[in-house]
Amino acid sequence: MPREKAVIRSDISKFRWTLLQMKKNWVGYAMVLPFFILFFMFTVIPVVLSVVLSFTTFNMLEWPKWVGMDNYIRLFLDDDIFLTAIKNTMLFAVITGPCSYLLCLFFAWFINELRPKIRSFVTVLFYAPSISGNVYIIFKTLFSSDQYGIVNAYAMKLNLIQKPILWFQDENYIFGLVVLVALWTSLGTSFLTMIAGFQVVNQELYEAGAVDGVKNRWQELWFITLPSMKPQLMLGAILSITSSFGFGQIITDLVGFPSPNYVVHTIMHHLGDYGGMRFEMGYASAIATLLFFMMVGANLLVTKMLRKVGT
Amino acid sequence: MVADLKQKYIAYRNKRIIQKGPSSFKRSINRSKGGDAAIFILLGIVAVIMVLPMVYAIVQALKPLDELWVFPPRFYVVNPTLKNFSDLFRLMGNSWVPFSRYIFNTVFISIAGTAGNVLLSSYAAYAISKIHFPGRKFLFSVIVYSLMFNATVTGITNFLLMTYLGWVDTYLAVIVPACCTTFGLYLMKQFMETSVNDSVLESARIEGASENRIFWTIAMPMVKPAWVTLIIFAFKDLWNTGQNMYIYSEQLKTFNYAISQIVTSGIARSGVGAAATVVTMIVPITVFIISQSNVIQTMSTSGMKD
Repeated sequence: MPREKAVIRSDISKFRWTLLQMKKNWVGYAMVLPFFILFFMFTVIPVVLSVVLSFTTFNMLEWPKWVGMDNYIRLFLDDDIFLTAIKNTMLFAVITGPCSYLLCLFFAWFINELRPKIRSFVTVLFYAPSISGNVYIIFKTLFSSDQYGIVNAYAMKLNLIQKPILWFQDENYIFGLVVLVALWTSLGTSFLTMIAGFQVVNQELYEAGAVDGVKNRWQELWFITLPSMKPQLMLGAILSITSSFGFGQIITDLVGFPSPNYVVHTIMHHLGDYGGMRFEMGYASAIATLLFFMMVGANLLVTKMLRKVGT
Repeated sequence: MVADLKQKYIAYRNKRIIQKGPSSFKRSINRSKGGDAAIFILLGIVAVIMVLPMVYAIVQALKPLDELWVFPPRFYVVNPTLKNFSDLFRLMGNSWVPFSRYIFNTVFISIAGTAGNVLLSSYAAYAISKIHFPGRKFLFSVIVYSLMFNATVTGITNFLLMTYLGWVDTYLAVIVPACCTTFGLYLMKQFMETSVNDSVLESARIEGASENRIFWTIAMPMVKPAWVTLIIFAFKDLWNTGQNMYIYSEQLKTFNYAISQIVTSGIARSGVGAAATVVTMIVPITVFIISQSNVIQTMSTSGMKD
């Protein structure tokens, strides 16, 4: 495709050729510049800066003071709540990430079996919770702590329980409920990617497959569909994993901050606590840096694994 | 017996394929009736689970006060009323800042941020996918890596940056970062790469058209589904802007923030709270329904090839 590749120049060095190309296509740099200036300012610099600040103490009033690894040592040896936060975040990501990914994949598959008109209607039904802002607040009414919450009301009516359960205050239920709500809102962009992925599979492959001995829809999925939509599977995985680390706001809205006995205290909350309330920016940066490496690490690991599937 | 039936079925299928061509049997290759039924039932159950909370929000919003406190609570409404909505608007009228101000803030932020986002990321996507300048592959891989973490990570240092720039408590703090979301650029680049024809661009270049002109008159009209999708995604995010750590003054807060104050301000207003929830969810859902086919078309090119 690139026309330059066709021209083999032996008379000039690679370096000079690159310079020539840069000069010839200068307009390309002009076009990416506005976006990348902002991207650099609001994404690249913040990430680098938070790594640097994580080795300092900084309260926004005085100049940052270099303290080496102290913040990290304090995080792991002195801060029990942080250890809880890390445990919860990991648990949350390990449950909601794969579950939401599989939900996206399988329901996109099921929806793809429907007729086109019904298909787009059902797509809206499944996608709606994830785009409707804070509509998940309604779960607070459904699982309300008095007998007017619909779950308590019916459980009491059927004599399953004697008195209302304080769903969002009882340590036994909070984690499960929050995972439930998170999954409810998790059929987002990743889900749309899968829906679209199923539609671009070449239909003739299915007929060819049937001739070659593909016997049922599971085999069809495994041998034909999934290999054809591998690019969508990759993107879907990245989107699902990244969002599985980002359910902090839902937890705060449903359970409040801090949560009872820190049962659903995540790294996001710890970060907000130290960065947004106590203004210990160095310490908060150390938390942010760890979160950054956790997210990128999880993504790289999973995409590396996915790349191996089917090759 | 079963094998017999199967033989008959295959004979029937082959006959039909011969008579009417393979397309008439396309949907039924490798599809069993039982499997279809199982999928249909499963889809039905989960669809109900997905929809029920939202339906319940709508039902709650339509209930008059006495029905809100019926035990056990009902999943339907006997005397639907719009009183909760009118109460909501009355409460809005009593707010500290005129409520129209919140609405203006949300609309302004959404429009400005969306416009900036679509413009900047389309320009960058066009350059990366269609102009062969050295370094474009590197820039794109940076974008892909940036999809692997979210804004929580950069929140603290962004706050410091905003303070340094003096943008705290201005619209800029919300609008400018929204202009450089990388997922928009990613989608646009993938779509341009597959759906803008290189030879058309080439002949325009030979005619002497500038890249800017080619971008506006050839590339952008060809990628309509992609910019519609970018508009939807950017708009959806900005519309749902709630509490924001950069904004303190009440005059600059958003509609969503004001609504969530009403929702969380006490159990006595549960009907009004539900009405508020319904109001917030209507806009993004409607926008998605209108633009669904464009969005799906864009997503179909979004896969990550390596």
